[in-house]
Amino acid sequence: MSEHKGQIGHGGQAEHDGKFEQEEVEHGEEHHIVSPVIYLTILGALLVGTALTVWASYIDLGEWQIAPGLTLFWNPVVALAIACTKMTLVVLFFMHVKYSTKLTKLTVACGFFTFIALIGMTMTDYFTRAWGRW
Amino acid sequence: MSDSSTTASGAVVDAHHEHPPYQRHHFESVDQQFDATNFAMWLFLLTEIMFFGGLFTAYLIMRNWYYPAFVEASHQLNIGWGTANTGVLIVSSFTMAMGVWSAEMRKKGLLILFLSLTFILGLAFLGIKSIEYSEKWEKHHVPGLNWSDASFVNPASDPEVHKLYPQDKPLAPDMAAKTEMYFFLYFAMTGMHALHMIIGISILGFMLVRARAGAYTTGHVTYVENFGLYWHFVDIVWIFLFPLLYLISRY
Amino acid sequence: MSAATIVQLPDQSTARIPKMNFLTKENGLLSWLLTGDHKRIATLYLISITFFFFIGGALAGLIRLELLTPQTDLMAADTYNKVFTMHGVIMVFFFLVPSVPATIGNFLIPMMVGARDLALPKVNLLSWYLYVIAGCMAIYTMAAGGVDTGWTFTTPLSTHYLNTHVISTGLAIFVAGFSSIFTGLNFIVTIHKMRCPGMTWFRLPLFVWSNYAASILMVLGTPVLAITLVLVVLERSLHIGVFDPAYGGDPILFQHLFWFYSHPAVYIMILPGMGVISEVVSTFSRKRVFGYTAVAFSSVAIAVFGFFVWAHHMFIMGISNYAALVFSLLTMLVAVPSAIKIFNWAFTLYKGSITFETPMLYAFGFMGLFTIGGMTGVFLGATGTDIHLTETYFIVAHFHFVMVGGMLMAFLSGIHFWWPKWTGRMYPEKISQLAAIVTFIGFNFTFFPQFILGTLGMPRRYAAYPPEFQSLNVFSTAGASILGVGYLLPIIYLTWSLKYGAVAGDNPWQATGLEWQTQSPPLTENFPVIPVMDHEAYDYDWLEKQEQKEVASVG
Repeated sequence: MSEHKGQIGHGGQAEHDGKFEQEEVEHGEEHHIVSPVIYLTILGALLVGTALTVWASYIDLGEWQIAPGLTLFWNPVVALAIACTKMTLVVLFFMHVKYSTKLTKLTVACGFFTFIALIGMTMTDYFTRAWGRW
Repeated sequence: MSDSSTTASGAVVDAHHEHPPYQRHHFESVDQQFDATNFAMWLFLLTEIMFFGGLFTAYLIMRNWYYPAFVEASHQLNIGWGTANTGVLIVSSFTMAMGVWSAEMRKKGLLILFLSLTFILGLAFLGIKSIEYSEKWEKHHVPGLNWSDASFVNPASDPEVHKLYPQDKPLAPDMAAKTEMYFFLYFAMTGMHALHMIIGISILGFMLVRARAGAYTTGHVTYVENFGLYWHFVDIVWIFLFPLLYLISRY
Repeated sequence: MSAATIVQLPDQSTARIPKMNFLTKENGLLSWLLTGDHKRIATLYLISITFFFFIGGALAGLIRLELLTPQTDLMAADTYNKVFTMHGVIMVFFFLVPSVPATIGNFLIPMMVGARDLALPKVNLLSWYLYVIAGCMAIYTMAAGGVDTGWTFTTPLSTHYLNTHVISTGLAIFVAGFSSIFTGLNFIVTIHKMRCPGMTWFRLPLFVWSNYAASILMVLGTPVLAITLVLVVLERSLHIGVFDPAYGGDPILFQHLFWFYSHPAVYIMILPGMGVISEVVSTFSRKRVFGYTAVAFSSVAIAVFGFFVWAHHMFIMGISNYAALVFSLLTMLVAVPSAIKIFNWAFTLYKGSITFETPMLYAFGFMGLFTIGGMTGVFLGATGTDIHLTETYFIVAHFHFVMVGGMLMAFLSGIHFWWPKWTGRMYPEKISQLAAIVTFIGFNFTFFPQFILGTLGMPRRYAAYPPEFQSLNVFSTAGASILGVGYLLPIIYLTWSLKYGAVAGDNPWQATGLEWQTQSPPLTENFPVIPVMDHEAYDYDWLEKQEQKEVASVG
């Protein structure tokens, strides 16, 4: 077993014993301090995104007839796309996920995955039932 | 091999551990404590994602079933206030991130400044929200309490909105009744969001007191960092609520 | 049954319970009520859930008494509805969900990973307080007149057609849900971040893997239940209409949201029990668990698949045929990992040196009864048969087989297995073996007739039934009385053992696992020195070498 010189090793990440480069990456949180310039850039991007989404809501962006009876309207798609982009910027930079461990990234992914599963699987019922008022 | 000694009473003194006062005894190192609490906060945010998820599911179904009602009902929300609130929250996210940076750089003055700004912006958000809510109350758009769908059966009876959206046709009574569903979801979702804001602002107040005592600028950034995660999450919820509730269709 | 046993106790004439342990470290009520020690919190939980188990059990007794006769003669039909509702609510949310995780899990997980405590001790204590508050709210509900919607709160019955205490029950479950979330959250963080040096993921005991999988379900699933209950409360108080067709809502939406949690909830309930069985089967066959990796991954697979099958509770409720098809297929898939575990335990037993101490008796009971319950679940997962069998006693029998024959037996197995570690004393073996057998017999007499009743068409949640079903119901009630004896006995002899049980020593079972390498009861800090894990899980050779090296001493 690796020598710990009387101090027990980092966080039980025992499978990385001896692989010190790995340990540094694991603690990216504290060693990497995100610069305020990046924060300002993201702030700017978020405000631009907000203006963009408000502007887009005043314009009819049309639709796409995928099949008879199945239409995709672009307005909500654009609104959600902008919202998702803003969320991604906040998650990656303000919440430091870009500089975080793989575990953090996996955790975030699990959260989204379960959320999509809830909505998606529920929709398998609603999309295939008589659509309209109950 | 072991550096710990056993005293007569059987209690053990870990002589090899010189750890900062803020390290709890069940952790082996400050790193481990930071990692563990950070991970714990992310897991808590996962629970929050799923908590709001139920509301988003309900919204998704109702909006698609009752689209005309949702469009006209959303016109009752003032886009100026909504956009302002979005801006306020985004800037507060920025000031919170800067607060975390200040704690990491051990700059107490800046930390207090940024936490205070975040606090004020949070209050501003709630202030604007309460203006909007009281407006809804005055116009009888609070479901279950003082609801009236007169503005939707006859849009002309609501001149202030009708001027902005002359294209809104009077809704048939059964579709007009569904606007109450929109407002229920509006109040449920923004209300739940506002509750999280109130909790966040309260914790911010507590943190301001502790920050002034220097608790976060000695290297122990865990609390500020983890609270920052919570604050950004609440911001993200609003980033979705804003287009879904305010920007359904304004053309 | 031969007298063969693996129990090795220290010489009783000289053995003593260690003076310094987590129970004696501090005294006084506040030292318990404000503790951060996971072992004390586990003890608090054990007392609380036992209390609720007996309330739920008393309600079950009332149900079976009513069902002795075809008429509603013991109580009015409405009262009967309240009795089975509260039985379900208490047993599911206040007993089964916290049973193994909050008691045995809380006690053992830090020790099994080689840590001093869970990652967030204060959150752990908060979790117990939330449980107690929720319990008080549930007791208030019962005292105030109860709720009669069934534990599933189906809308629009619960939102519009009843005037019983739906809101207070809903809020009680909401609070209990957060108790569960915080327990799960704590486990996940501890298992990821606080493993001792050398403790890789694949050296962890399988008990840890099972609780990890259950914790993922707790963290991701329970919040959806929370928001659903909030919506029901709002719907009832403000008459909004999200679940009301008259207002344009959809009652099926409630069911989608409710079962999105409640199906993973059944896996939350069973997975920790499966973890116990892995430990017990290995110890009492003196053999490592066959196919460790398969069992570990199957726990996670059950957790993941468990999120995608919830609408199999809704086949007859009005979901579309396409959705029914999708969910039915996925339900068939989720049975596979559970079956894998049963196979692996069976292969662990094969060519092992099997002895029949009480935990092992319960484990055998689990394997048989869970298999029956699980297979009947497959019948129910097929839409064709489900349409005939759902809402009958077949369903009641199915879930009692997996929950009571499965989970409750696993819980009792775990309590007996870790009792010596927890209290420092052994329980009395003969009477406990008797209790296990009585429980097994009573269980089968109670619930097997219910499969037959279900296929014959007796509906569930009815106080009255056609007279031709009476003989099977009487049989079932007779079994229930035997079952009651089986559950009362442990309370008596386990309490007795606290004072008069034999001193157990560190490792009476010669089991592997870090918890067995410390004193019984353990120190507050678990280990004087954080251990270094240098061997695989279930390594009985390592254990033999240890015993040759160490000088056993107690007290």
